Amino acid sequence: MLEKNVTLSFKGCVQGALMCVPVFPGVIALGAVFGTVAAQKGLTFVETILMNSIVFAGASQFVAMEVYADPLNWATLIAMVGVTAAVNMRMLLIGASLRPWLGQVPGYQTYPALFLLTDLNWLLTVARYDKGDRDWGIYLGSGLIVWAVWSLSVIPGYFAGSLITDSKAFGLDVVLPAFFVALLVPLWKGKRQTVSWLVAGLVAWATWALVGGYWSIFTGAIAGALAGAYLDE
Amino acid sequence: MSEGALSADTMFLIAVLGMASVTYALRAGGYWVMGRLTITPKMRRGLEALPGAIIVSTVLPIILQGGLAVGLCLIVAAIVQLKVKKEYIAVFCAAVAAAGLRAAGL
Repeated sequence: MLEKNVTLSFKGCVQGALMCVPVFPGVIALGAVFGTVAAQKGLTFVETILMNSIVFAGASQFVAMEVYADPLNWATLIAMVGVTAAVNMRMLLIGASLRPWLGQVPGYQTYPALFLLTDLNWLLTVARYDKGDRDWGIYLGSGLIVWAVWSLSVIPGYFAGSLITDSKAFGLDVVLPAFFVALLVPLWKGKRQTVSWLVAGLVAWATWALVGGYWSIFTGAIAGALAGAYLDE
Repeated sequence: MSEGALSADTMFLIAVLGMASVTYALRAGGYWVMGRLTITPKMRRGLEALPGAIIVSTVLPIILQGGLAVGLCLIVAAIVQLKVKKEYIAVFCAAVAAAGLRAAGL
């Protein structure tokens, strides 16, 4: 099943990078919002840049910032890493889906490149693979450009966000949950999602009421995934 | 901010390294495993259900804590996303709705 004619070219990298241009506004807006959230939570500029560029996984960064509290203790630190793992669990699947394409490429090239894996460049790349493209520069170029834009976009958000004193009056506190809801809408396909989301919601609600904190993200996610797994087609 | 914009807390750096390590393990792990075994349909369905389940479990406590105004804004976001299918427009409308509701005293 492994592809034999896999190539890597500079032209492919440029193509991959150009394919990402239409989504730049979305990436920049989200990165800027992260900068604003980080500033509001009291992170220093360097801390913000480091987290944004090294972790490079938008949704999990936001959820980790929801958990974050200053001063940071070990329990909170472990919770931040835990929610990051839970939110990014889907990367197991999207990474697995790249195996048939990149399986013949040497590991010293693919494993560093997997650092750049995001839903965004994965979706764009797989669409090209379906059309018969086998130049994995498309993946590499799109990953690099999204990383660069994401890394820079946090800067204006960090400083502009600091100027806004009352985030609630500007509705900034609903930006993040609203983005999640917007991502949720296209995921709905039918009964499977309805049941899975109801189970996730009920378990999350119960956990939130009984334990509080952020454990509801874990318990709800696991319950919803199990419901999805055990529902018949 | 008081300790200076260029400083970084050691505990925070450990948190960032932990988050980055676990994220990279997931990015590379699925690819690595796929070279060795086949994912069963049940596992695949469970993993497919995970993103939605995570979003529901993340947003629900925010609504419970935020009350009616937050709940209404998120309904606005969902409706706008259904109609125009652009995340940034949905987010913008929700934020405007929140600002409006707060100005109205809700």
